[in-house]
Amino acid sequence: MWQIAIVLIIYLPLVILTGHYLYRVTLQQKTWLDPLLDKVDTVIYKVCGIKRVDMTGKEYVLSLILSNAFMVFMGYIILRIQALLFLNPNNINNMEETLSFNTIISFMTNTNLQHYSGESGLSYLSQMLVIIFMMFTSAATGYAACMAFCRRLVAKTDTIGNFFIDFVRVITRILMPFSIVVAIILVSQGLPQTFSANKTVQTIEGKLQDIAIGPIASLESIKHIGTNGGGFNGANSTTPFENPTVLSNIVEMLSMMLLPGACVVAFSLMVSHRKKKAIFGKQGLAIFTAMSILFLAGLVTVYIAEKAGNPIISELGITQELGSMEGKEMRFGVAQSALFTTVTTAFTTGSINNMHDTLTPLGGLVPMFNMMLNVVFGGKGVGLMNMMMYVLLTIFIACLMIGRSPQFLGKKIEEKEMKLIALCILIHPAIILLFSALAVATPSGIAGITNPGAHGLSQVLYEFASASANNGSGFEGLADNSTFWNVTTGLAMFFGRYLTISIQLAIASLLAKKVWHSDSVGTLKTDNTTFTLLLVAIVLMIGALTFLPALALGPITEHLQLYS
Amino acid sequence: MRKFFENSKQALLITIIMFILCGFIYPFAVTALAQGLYHHKANGSLIEMDGEAVGSELIGQAFTAPEYFWGRVSSVNYNVYTREDTIPDDNGQVNYNGVSSGTFNYAPTNPELKKRIEADIEKFLLANPSVKRQDIPSDLMTASGSGLDPHISMKAAEIQVERIAQASGLPKEEINKIIEANLEKRTLGIFGERKVNFLMANLEIMKKMDRKRD
Repeated sequence: MWQIAIVLIIYLPLVILTGHYLYRVTLQQKTWLDPLLDKVDTVIYKVCGIKRVDMTGKEYVLSLILSNAFMVFMGYIILRIQALLFLNPNNINNMEETLSFNTIISFMTNTNLQHYSGESGLSYLSQMLVIIFMMFTSAATGYAACMAFCRRLVAKTDTIGNFFIDFVRVITRILMPFSIVVAIILVSQGLPQTFSANKTVQTIEGKLQDIAIGPIASLESIKHIGTNGGGFNGANSTTPFENPTVLSNIVEMLSMMLLPGACVVAFSLMVSHRKKKAIFGKQGLAIFTAMSILFLAGLVTVYIAEKAGNPIISELGITQELGSMEGKEMRFGVAQSALFTTVTTAFTTGSINNMHDTLTPLGGLVPMFNMMLNVVFGGKGVGLMNMMMYVLLTIFIACLMIGRSPQFLGKKIEEKEMKLIALCILIHPAIILLFSALAVATPSGIAGITNPGAHGLSQVLYEFASASANNGSGFEGLADNSTFWNVTTGLAMFFGRYLTISIQLAIASLLAKKVWHSDSVGTLKTDNTTFTLLLVAIVLMIGALTFLPALALGPITEHLQLYS
Repeated sequence: MRKFFENSKQALLITIIMFILCGFIYPFAVTALAQGLYHHKANGSLIEMDGEAVGSELIGQAFTAPEYFWGRVSSVNYNVYTREDTIPDDNGQVNYNGVSSGTFNYAPTNPELKKRIEADIEKFLLANPSVKRQDIPSDLMTASGSGLDPHISMKAAEIQVERIAQASGLPKEEINKIIEANLEKRTLGIFGERKVNFLMANLEIMKKMDRKRD
């Protein structure tokens, strides 16, 4: 229990420091890396012909989608011809069409759902030029969108910020330096970083063993820093070469928690910058607290559920002191696994250090519910934007109840915004539930289910929740490399990402153009404890109401069966 | 329209630049640093005996001989195979399909899980007649997530001592000492679990047996 608490305590100062740095990068203020990086940036701007002109909300979204489209195109080609290219010492074949489609959407949308297995599906060149490349660019895309969103909430104009400049600055000033440092720390724990081919050794029992190596550390660091989550190996961060020690486990967890949390801190500073300088702005703190309450509730549930073990195994007469160990690694045990599971789904990374399919029913319900809510910190900037939708909704509902006109940061929330907010909040459950319904109604969908009974439905729900939330973890038993699953999850990821971002930026544009009103006595306070609790209640109510029927048929039924 | 064209050009160029920066320069720079600073670890922490690699410190191996510690259940058999496993049988099937990682992904309620564990318990009790069923720790009978877990719990190592002593001819105290030497405590006394690296322990058992023979 203590080991969990200590990790979370270490997290707090780190996230505040990073938040302040992120704030300076966003507002183009001086940082200590500037002398070197300004030169790098200038070269990039010059080569690409990027001018320092402000963009409207529409132009911003358009540039975002255009650049992502080019990246998808380049990545797709590489996957399809990887066998012909260099840096392929393990002689991996080209990737099949629907699988390539799924993989490329998956990595461009920062989901990192993997229907292939890295050891046998990708050459080293593809790991670098497709996977690592997209891990950087998709994370930067998410942060850029978030920056644009936050800026518009406090600005008085819709023409502000340039996508390409935000995009470049996030990569050169945040993702790249952080990734290099974390990669070296991870190598010191035992992650391989080499271009030589897999090793085959002779064991002392006279048999052979294949050992998969490769440029793992350089992928592993950005995988967590950018809340991407796609592993070098099939079993992701459960494999000793992706996560060899408890220390590497903690470093990986802190890496993925760092930037989503820092986004909230940076937002809090942007909102409060006119007043005197604070360590953590009050408005952001209210949101951060709401996220933390949801996070801790989930964490405690997973820990208790996993610690209790599996009653069916106890019946077999062996001792289960360690808790439920099926699918877990001995070096992590229940505590480190429970924490990793909660972190990776709350911060929508999607890497795993234990197999979620083998979690106890309630232990598996929490990660699923985190992704269904998709606001418990969330990934790479988009988590904050999702939460802002709920913030605006909460303000609206609260003001309706007490009869005041809804207003946030001096901007009135009116009919047009509310329609878009409602739409935005509904897209996510619609994608998950409709696709799940389709999957259980068609033979090709059912063909993927590998566990009998209620758990089978959980596998389907989890897969689409993960795809739509752009998380990428899975109930990995699901036989998901088929045309049906590749195409449906590909579409879920695509809509879950781009529809949501476009609508959110449209809302921000609408708010940016509004007249600013100063707060009066009648304005609802949005930075106190009451508001935080109200926000948590609204998130849970919407989440619970939408998903409860599906969850009741999946994990809750399984739990009741297990203990009957 | 001109604006759209200009945006497209910038989008294409930024893609190419980042392709080079993130896809090439970054991984090569990290490789250079890693190989320079941590040469042994960056190449997979391989264990060498007489100049030949016999495994990695971080990756478990499948052991079947009674004189060695047995590890956890693995759905991929730790990627350990024999030459025969790669030759197709009459139906064109091979036992070993190349390197992979993962687990069985059995849900807690899956009847297959119960069946597998029950069979493994019977097998273990047969090979270790002195061990009582209620003394078997669950980590030894459950599959690891990666299928490559190099560790077992302290208790899982202790219940194998009797069998190993008998099969190897080494005294029990010696084997207990080997467990002690390969016991990895909690990091800083708090983080993680107490565990034994069974591959490293087995290498020591082998060396001790060799010495005894000489």
